[in-house]
Amino acid sequence: MGKVNRREFFEELIATQVETAPVVTDDIIYNKYANKELPRGLSKTTGTLTKYTGQWTDNEIIHLLRRTMFGVKYEDVLALRGMTMEQAVDELLSPQTIPSPPVNNYNTATYNDPTGVPLDDTWVNAPYGDSTVNSYRLLSMTNWWIGNMVYQPQRRITEKMVFFWHNHFATEYPAVAFAHMTYRHHMILRNNVLGNFKTLVTQVTKDPAMLRYLNGYLNTKTAPDENYARELFELFTLGKNYKPIYSEDDIKAAARILTGWRYNTSTWTSVFTANLHDTSNKTFSSFFANTTITGKTGAAGAQETDELIDMIFTKQEVAKFIVRKLYRFFVYYDIDTTTEFNIIIPLAQMMMNTNWQIKPVLETLLKSEHFYDMLSMDCVIRTPIDYVVGTFRTFDIQLPGGWRSDNEYKIYNYLRSYMGQLGCEPNLPPNVAGWPAFYQEPDYYQKWINSTTMPRRMQFMDMMLGSGFSAGTGTAIKIDPMHLAKKFYSPGDPNLLIDFFCDLLLGIGISSTMKTNFKVVTLLSGQTQDYYWTNAWSAYIANPNTTNTNIVRTRLVSLLTELTHLAEHNLC
Amino acid sequence: MKRRDFLKVSQAATLAYFINGTPVSAYARNPLLELLAKQTAANGRVLVMIQLNGGNDGLNTVIPLDQYSQLSNARSNILIPQNKVLALANTNLTGLHPAMTGIRDMYDNGLVNIIQGVGYPDPNFSHFRATDIWMSGSDENQYINTGWLGRHLDEEFPGYPAGFPNTNMPDPLAIQIGSGISNLLQGENANLGMAIASLNSFYNIVNGTVDPAPNTPAGHELTFIRYIKQQTETYTKVIQTAAGMAQNVSTKWPTTGNRLADQLKIVSRLIAGGLKTPIYVVSIGGFDTHSQQTDSTDTTVGNHANLLQDISEAVDAFFDEAKIHKYEDRVAAMTFSEFGRRIKSNASGGTDHGTTAPVFVFSKYVNPGIIGVNPPLPANAAVGDNLPLLNDYRTIYSAVLADWFQIDTQTMDKVLMKHYKVLPVFQKTNNLEETTISGRDEILGQNYPNPFSRNTTITFSSDGGMVGIQLFDVSGRLVKNILPPKQMDKGKHQVTIERGDLPPGQYFYRLSNGKNQSTKQLTVMD
Repeated sequence: MGKVNRREFFEELIATQVETAPVVTDDIIYNKYANKELPRGLSKTTGTLTKYTGQWTDNEIIHLLRRTMFGVKYEDVLALRGMTMEQAVDELLSPQTIPSPPVNNYNTATYNDPTGVPLDDTWVNAPYGDSTVNSYRLLSMTNWWIGNMVYQPQRRITEKMVFFWHNHFATEYPAVAFAHMTYRHHMILRNNVLGNFKTLVTQVTKDPAMLRYLNGYLNTKTAPDENYARELFELFTLGKNYKPIYSEDDIKAAARILTGWRYNTSTWTSVFTANLHDTSNKTFSSFFANTTITGKTGAAGAQETDELIDMIFTKQEVAKFIVRKLYRFFVYYDIDTTTEFNIIIPLAQMMMNTNWQIKPVLETLLKSEHFYDMLSMDCVIRTPIDYVVGTFRTFDIQLPGGWRSDNEYKIYNYLRSYMGQLGCEPNLPPNVAGWPAFYQEPDYYQKWINSTTMPRRMQFMDMMLGSGFSAGTGTAIKIDPMHLAKKFYSPGDPNLLIDFFCDLLLGIGISSTMKTNFKVVTLLSGQTQDYYWTNAWSAYIANPNTTNTNIVRTRLVSLLTELTHLAEHNLC
Repeated sequence: MKRRDFLKVSQAATLAYFINGTPVSAYARNPLLELLAKQTAANGRVLVMIQLNGGNDGLNTVIPLDQYSQLSNARSNILIPQNKVLALANTNLTGLHPAMTGIRDMYDNGLVNIIQGVGYPDPNFSHFRATDIWMSGSDENQYINTGWLGRHLDEEFPGYPAGFPNTNMPDPLAIQIGSGISNLLQGENANLGMAIASLNSFYNIVNGTVDPAPNTPAGHELTFIRYIKQQTETYTKVIQTAAGMAQNVSTKWPTTGNRLADQLKIVSRLIAGGLKTPIYVVSIGGFDTHSQQTDSTDTTVGNHANLLQDISEAVDAFFDEAKIHKYEDRVAAMTFSEFGRRIKSNASGGTDHGTTAPVFVFSKYVNPGIIGVNPPLPANAAVGDNLPLLNDYRTIYSAVLADWFQIDTQTMDKVLMKHYKVLPVFQKTNNLEETTISGRDEILGQNYPNPFSRNTTITFSSDGGMVGIQLFDVSGRLVKNILPPKQMDKGKHQVTIERGDLPPGQYFYRLSNGKNQSTKQLTVMD
């Protein structure tokens, strides 16, 4: 291997391998401890959707931030202290600036974009080019997305909702295969994060990326392809659990309605091709009140798709299905009958009453006494994305100024691979159902934590607290523990400093005995007097020379290693 | 290791690797290091580091009876009455604090070596900096991010954690009792230690249980994650197994309230249970006795006395158990503290940060007694007076490396970053003499010519399997690997040694071949 630097070698390795979710089935340890059935008998909240009027302390603030964003930034805690609960939720639910599109990060000394897009310029409006540049653009698109998550400019729920919809309308980039399509698909989700669910379903149904991914573009009157029609029912609107209610013939009828959709690879739009469309009438089962959708010829055939979606959206099941999914994403996976009555049914009703608006549903949930009940807190297992992006956000890890996109995207690319190693790479779900952690009974998000991913999570923190990673940029990206400590008003007080770190990093609080123990062992190096830390910190602030810096850094790294290795660090 | 093998072996460990940024060339297999690693595993020697946090008051621990009046002038308010000082078997110049009866008994039985006046030039008075210095083995003005034992383990187990655990080393390289992995064990690429946070977490590991959590959704998920975390820790299984093999059986263990004993109990079970782990780190805090070091009316009791009693009882019980569990031949323990305390006591009945202090080394194979004289005290110590440096702390580390772990001089110098003399803390630990432990005669022939000045030839027999021959000097220190271990057919063989830069003198050469071990003496002359 010559004099290859070991770090560079492995970074390259990890960055180029396509890693799917670690297989859990053979995991003896996981199988022993994960849920065998839904955890019943726990003390759970019986709170309703009544507006929360209780105290508004860091406890509630951090809970809200953790559930609606990736990790917690201390600046956001400070900002929310100056608001009421309602103001905070309103702000989180207001629109976020649309990010500028992904760019050419792939030009090098020996490679140039064949369509003439220069480095740092966007390729989303450039021609297809060839398969090589397309493959670079596919990665550029996901890496751009990760950059948006890490450096989202405003305090908004947007990035978490984009991921929610990506999981809901799951597509895999190698199957979509056209970078332009993955970007446009992504923008449909992003532009509708808190919009209208029915509009979203309509747009996704006609979206070139989805037409490719689920073979809609091959669906033709002479050989109907039922792939999309089935998933439209089972995964996107009505849900699998209601399969016995609608019939196989309903799926066949829907597939015939959807015949004729194609896509154009220069405009990247979908095109309805009337001569491929089945113009016969389509009649549905009693579940859909024996509705007949009249076959149409010519361009009018496209209207049948809208009529199909109108028909599906007469069903209350659609509202319940998506509300349950939102609940599992934002609150907890187990929905018992009390929760079904107190939360799911009223929210589903609200969604139907507001003609499928998403925002009022989330607003009601996030302002409810149910959401702020102590029993609703700390019980979500952080996704790999939340773990990785949250680490960057909480520790406020910044990239060097003046970098161009090639270096910048190398960092995102590294994070993308690491998320894959932890079981959740964006744009690469295991299949159209999304990640099992969001739907599979009885273990749900426990799936994120298994005997492969648990050690890797801790290794990620070790790396970030240690020498970091450079991903071929020549600059190590890592946590500066003093940078975060300095944001706190009293970093010289070891007790308050530990409280501060615990609040930001741990899902569920630890005992004061544990905190004292960590303090003595790490910040005080075995001493019992707090002033030894206070003096060391003051000396560092007064004169950050090598000695003083090393003294505080090693102790902070030691403390943060302890805290981030705790099981509690994986909860939010 | 081939790159592919490496990747295959440690998928999970991969990430820990590249992050640390060590050149791939560091993987190159070094036969000497491999040999040393095997040697450590084979002789099973264990070192227990006992850290006394806060700066132990040496003058009230090892008491200079020959300068009692100076001591009395300097610290009358905390002075141990002369008639209460514990006498030691072979000296009337030095005694021990009255709370240390256990260690006094061990001393009288030849299990203790005390090194006087240990420190380093230009001592630092800050707890943090001084602790970092002791852990890293650095000079006062030198900043080293690795620990001396971490570097030692790096040499012994190159590449860790890649490829670990493996059949040669299935166990943790080092275990620290207490949360927060010690800087002592920080190596170049990784920290080489495993922490067992507390007695409670030890029992959790042993019993496969986790701490209780509330019966809520958060508690439910927390418990799940804790189980997965515990069960996927690399060494959970070997710790469970070792702990299951041995119990704490000494009747000397203090019943409750002795934090050090709690830690040493864990260490004892793990050693007795067969872990190959060579290094353990335990600690006890509270030595920063600026005030109320002693009871105001009875100076033989109080905070410092309690700490010394804890150490004394814990160490005594530990070595008692070592005897019962028959690992006393392969265990040594040493104390260290970031500094000693001031000669003159203060008005709060305590002592402020000072310089040097005595270090205790415990083992069946120490040279029993005291190295160095009592530190000289001024007739009337002033507030700023400090004890002089009598022994550099790294000369004890070198004794541990050279004579306890039997590391060759070159590696030892690398670990300590400089050459230090080896204090005669340990006896000739190899117990070298001409012996043959074998049912067969003449497995190792006398070298010819002998004495020799340029080269000499050794004839030996192999029963098949691995054969190795090492050369030791008269103090038992490994000088050279004459024949690095390799597979050799059954039958007679020869090896010729070039003298190289060997100084003239007596040496021992030892052959190992399975159960056959034989040692003979040779002489080098100019």
